[in-house]
Amino acid sequence: MTNVLSVNAISRSFGDRQVLKDVTFDVGAGRMTGFVGANGAGKTTTMRIMLGVLGADSGEVRWQGRPLTRDARQSFGYMPEERGLYPKMTVADQIVYLARLHGMSAGDARRSTDALLERLGLSDRSGDLVEKLSLGNQQRVQIAAALVHNPEVLVLDEPFSGLDPLAVDVVLGVLRDRAAAGAPVLFSSHQLDVVERLCDDLVIIADGTIRAAGSRHQLRISHALPRYRIEVGADAGWIRDQPGVTLLELDGAQAVFDLDPGTDDQEVLRAALARGPVRAFGPVAPSLTEIFREVNQ
Amino acid sequence: MTTSAAAKLVAAREIRMKLRDKTFIFSTVFFLLVAVASTVLPALIEGGPTKVAVSDSAAVTALRNAGLEVSVVPDDAAAERVLRDGDVDAAVVSGPKVLAMDETPADVVGALSASPPVQLLDPDAVNPFLKFVVPFALAFLFFVTSFTFGMQIAQSVTEEKQTRIVEILVSSIPVRALLAGKVGAITLLAFGQIALIALVAFAGIQIADVDTEVVSLVGPAIGWFIPFFVLGFVMLATLWAGVGALAARQEDLAGASTPLQMAVMLPFFAVLFLTDNEPVMRILSYIPFSAPIAMPVRLFNSDAAAWEPVVSLLILAISAAVFLRVGARVYEGSLLRTNGRTSFATAWRTRSTIGS
Repeated sequence: MTNVLSVNAISRSFGDRQVLKDVTFDVGAGRMTGFVGANGAGKTTTMRIMLGVLGADSGEVRWQGRPLTRDARQSFGYMPEERGLYPKMTVADQIVYLARLHGMSAGDARRSTDALLERLGLSDRSGDLVEKLSLGNQQRVQIAAALVHNPEVLVLDEPFSGLDPLAVDVVLGVLRDRAAAGAPVLFSSHQLDVVERLCDDLVIIADGTIRAAGSRHQLRISHALPRYRIEVGADAGWIRDQPGVTLLELDGAQAVFDLDPGTDDQEVLRAALARGPVRAFGPVAPSLTEIFREVNQ
Repeated sequence: MTTSAAAKLVAAREIRMKLRDKTFIFSTVFFLLVAVASTVLPALIEGGPTKVAVSDSAAVTALRNAGLEVSVVPDDAAAERVLRDGDVDAAVVSGPKVLAMDETPADVVGALSASPPVQLLDPDAVNPFLKFVVPFALAFLFFVTSFTFGMQIAQSVTEEKQTRIVEILVSSIPVRALLAGKVGAITLLAFGQIALIALVAFAGIQIADVDTEVVSLVGPAIGWFIPFFVLGFVMLATLWAGVGALAARQEDLAGASTPLQMAVMLPFFAVLFLTDNEPVMRILSYIPFSAPIAMPVRLFNSDAAAWEPVVSLLILAISAAVFLRVGARVYEGSLLRTNGRTSFATAWRTRSTIGS
């Protein structure tokens, strides 16, 4: 697997404010990688450095095992945080122009533009000036600008912000296709529920350092708390008196609780069975929001 | 993709957009009309040779030889009548006496009198009218072209910054390709527009059959004017691009470009008002910002030695190369600073922030 985009020990300061400290993570081939962090955590700066729009003070970005060059970067698709298009150009002309700047021939650029606009539901607007479009549609054009040249790598800064749910699905479909074709896809978002739903891998950044990185599943396991959910036949209120248990939620027959270190979960189960039937018992995987909160502390 | 291939794509877009721009089309049409009007109209207004009615048959041959349009009338009364009716410009009646309405018809009088031969020992090298008009026209052409097209480069740069598309552009192609494409496109458009106007003016001169002495006199000055103009224009164009990148919004552009506006305007007025001041003109013809105007004017007035334009052109070429780097560095240093106006010093220092 050589189609890996690696960020290696990148540091960057603006004046005396260090915004990235030794940032390191991989974006794997064919993986949808979510890049999450609070505002100002360093997501945009990292992405700008990956695209060569900004220089790093130290560290490097590697692609396919080699330092990233400008030529290789031509095959990247980038959607910057600050959206931008030529307002006085027509939708199709604009996308064709950007495709050609990425090295496509005139014919290929035209064909790819038509196909993509069709898929994004913009075919009937292709001759309109961008400034005449609604914001939602401008956002779709922006997506087209990042995807038109069939990029080998996608780096998208908040690609879903400003999109209606229908457009989110369309864009998601396109991104999944690119990932399925083997492209590493990195996208940032602060909507954690969206990221949780979409991504295979996660990179969490806070204060310019990477706090957690890995597959979503792996992260959930490694950040799993000793937290359990139980559902019994009758009222579950007795559980708060069980040794080593901290009750978090109680709703009739259902309860969610944490166990103190060293407490045996099977002990709790046996106690429950002694009182009557147990309908469900098991550990609760943390949500992304909880992991995020934990690593940000 | 190579930098030059990318620059060509940028230039092609720039030209396509400009050719669709109404302001550009209108200004071109306007200048073409001016060119036609200033060459063809004077000839039309003059309305051909003076018409003269003659009753004194002895004067007919002399008048015809002077190229006047002569009509013979039977008597003095008839001559006076056609003159009063406005059918002729003057009349020659018996005497001979010349009649006219409100102005002595010099050509008629001249045709009928014998003037002694005249020899000027120190003639003006150049017709005094041309001596004023040609420097003014050259200075004006350079001023207007470098100002309006320069401003357009700056606006086009600021537009990309303001609409934020610049980040996508810079992530796709080298900053230098973007700059070169823009400057190249506008330079081509500027010279295309001038060439078109010159062609129409020249055609107008041919059609209207204007005195070709003008063309042969202006010719050598124009020959030198072209290389000065091209180098001067390109030097300024890159600076305009740098200034455009300093501004984050079109509203900031006027302020950010003030020093450059001065650098274009002051030489124009200096040459205009100090044309007759030989020492000042000599200095102006070596300063890169005023040389494109001052040196051709000195050449036109035959004030410059043969080596002078060569040296001045060399200085201009060197400074154009230097300013090309200055403009490019300011452009690169400020292009991605989208928060407010960037100072020149900051732009100069922050060049290293853009990745290679």
